Amino acid sequence: MVGHLLEVKDLEVKFALRFGDLTAIDGISFILDKKEKLGLVGESGAGKSVTGFSIINLISKPGYISGGSVTLDGVKLNDLTDSEMREIRGNKISMIFQDPMMTLNPVLTIATQMTETVHAHRNVSKNDAMDIALDKLKKVYIPSPEKRLFQYPHECSGGMRQRIVVAIALLTNPALIIADEPTTALDVTIQAGITDLLSELCETDDMGLILITHDLAVVSQVTEKIAVMYAGKIIETGLTEDIIKNPRHPYTQGLIGSIPGTQEMGKRLTQIKGMMPTLTDIPKGCAFHPRCDIGEQICRETTPLLESVDGEKRLIACHIAGV
Amino acid sequence: MNTWQRFNNSYFFYSFKRDPVAIASFTIFIFLVGISFLAPVVAPFNPYDTSTIDIMDSELPPNWMEEGDDRFILGTDIQGRDLLSTMLYGLRTSVIIGIGAVLFQAFLGIIVGLTAGYLGGKIDAFLMRIADIQFSIPYLIVAIIASAVFQIAFGVDRFEALALPLLVIIIGISEWPKYARTVRASVLGERNKEYVEAARVIGLNRRLIMYRHILPNTMTPVLVISTIQVAQAVMSEAALSFLGLGMPITKPSLGSLINAGFEYVFSGSWWITLFPGILLVLFTLVIILFGDWLRDVMNPKLYKG
Repeated sequence: MVGHLLEVKDLEVKFALRFGDLTAIDGISFILDKKEKLGLVGESGAGKSVTGFSIINLISKPGYISGGSVTLDGVKLNDLTDSEMREIRGNKISMIFQDPMMTLNPVLTIATQMTETVHAHRNVSKNDAMDIALDKLKKVYIPSPEKRLFQYPHECSGGMRQRIVVAIALLTNPALIIADEPTTALDVTIQAGITDLLSELCETDDMGLILITHDLAVVSQVTEKIAVMYAGKIIETGLTEDIIKNPRHPYTQGLIGSIPGTQEMGKRLTQIKGMMPTLTDIPKGCAFHPRCDIGEQICRETTPLLESVDGEKRLIACHIAGV
Repeated sequence: MNTWQRFNNSYFFYSFKRDPVAIASFTIFIFLVGISFLAPVVAPFNPYDTSTIDIMDSELPPNWMEEGDDRFILGTDIQGRDLLSTMLYGLRTSVIIGIGAVLFQAFLGIIVGLTAGYLGGKIDAFLMRIADIQFSIPYLIVAIIASAVFQIAFGVDRFEALALPLLVIIIGISEWPKYARTVRASVLGERNKEYVEAARVIGLNRRLIMYRHILPNTMTPVLVISTIQVAQAVMSEAALSFLGLGMPITKPSLGSLINAGFEYVFSGSWWITLFPGILLVLFTLVIILFGDWLRDVMNPKLYKG
């Protein structure tokens, strides 16, 4: 209980559909400490974003959390009422989204959107709220923040907007930031700026960061830990360096092998054959076995569990590579 | 940059300056509203003041005709009131009813549409079915029943005093589903956008998200239909008054003036009906033309196209 900032245990999320329940997240667990940065990696549909939303208990219907627990600073979030949860959202946990063009309300000024967040969680005067907003804009290195405050989102560039979104996330000094693909909609130079900013802020403000992305390059720059997700499960987790240098699970190997630059010159990139199974027909046994090169009979029959190898920090869910 | 400069540089104002129809209709609209509200100052006579009315002056034709009197530019009505003054006062009544009814419609319709669109599910189905039912009842029937009930409940004398708010309510109630549907449709489009999700993630409550974040984003179509609805409400009021269900003849609106004059058209007094009729057509026409331009400007598909 003591020490960990966030503890996710056996979290299970289901979507109630007409033909029955669909398991989007199938019992995932991870731990995050203060100042720690965790990368949640996987293909589209692996359940990364759903994990993010389920931490703040905001899964849109028909989804619901069917099991497991999320504990933040010793408080079990699953038991909280709606209004208690609203106090947590944006206050202790902030979230940053993919597209800064869409996450700011087009008809409100930046000042309005920022002070509104402050007022929702802190009992402060209008002037104080404005000061906090200004302070955070400076923190994310926005040039002439006094001027920006009274502009509308469409008057700012994409990178600027994402900085503003980060500033909004910082307003209440949250303990945890969940960044859901914060750099996907930005071009590469701005990407680097935002990721640097995020990791710097974690250091200075004692925050935990969960970085949800499909981009292993971004993750390897920012985070200390990685959890690789596949079809609603974590299949490999460990320290970033270990995983990037020495991936054990065949899926992680495939992901890393498909990044340009890790191969010898002139060779074709390796690619993982096939597609991620849709949630409606996840294969029996190991969900990855139809696409796996080293799969054996056992993979088709029993689901591998996440077990530790190489000491405590490294966990893999694979029958073959895990031994 | 102050607000005026911002407005002056906007695309909105730019396209207004380039559209003669918009300029003309807006100018006429402002002029008509202006003189109608300044009626006590600009009108040559006060038609509500019975001491200035002389029955001997009744049914005088416009002053350019042989029997015309120079005091009455557009002639007089059957009670000897100056027709021009009565029209100005009547237009004022029509404008107040038109705008009041639209505000009332918008108030009801926006609340219902926003609630239905954002909450969805059973509440949505329930509220929109009420709107459908409301829409299927012709406003004339509502008006006939309501005014009959009011006349019995408050007496005919009181009814004259209450006619104006009553008309606002009747026209408002019969037309709110239009707003509810428009707002609901836009809310359905807005509520799944990421900024709404972001607002929820920030921990804002539902009320704040609905009224502060979603509502302003649905205002464009509301503004556009509002112009058409004002014209519609003025015409509804005129129709009700023409049928004798609206404003009493002692406090005439344009509709009741047309109605009052209608009986004397065949005895040769065509002006009592014709001039208020022209004014009514002109007034609704400029509103509709202006609304048409507004719709073109605010439609993102036609924007800068």
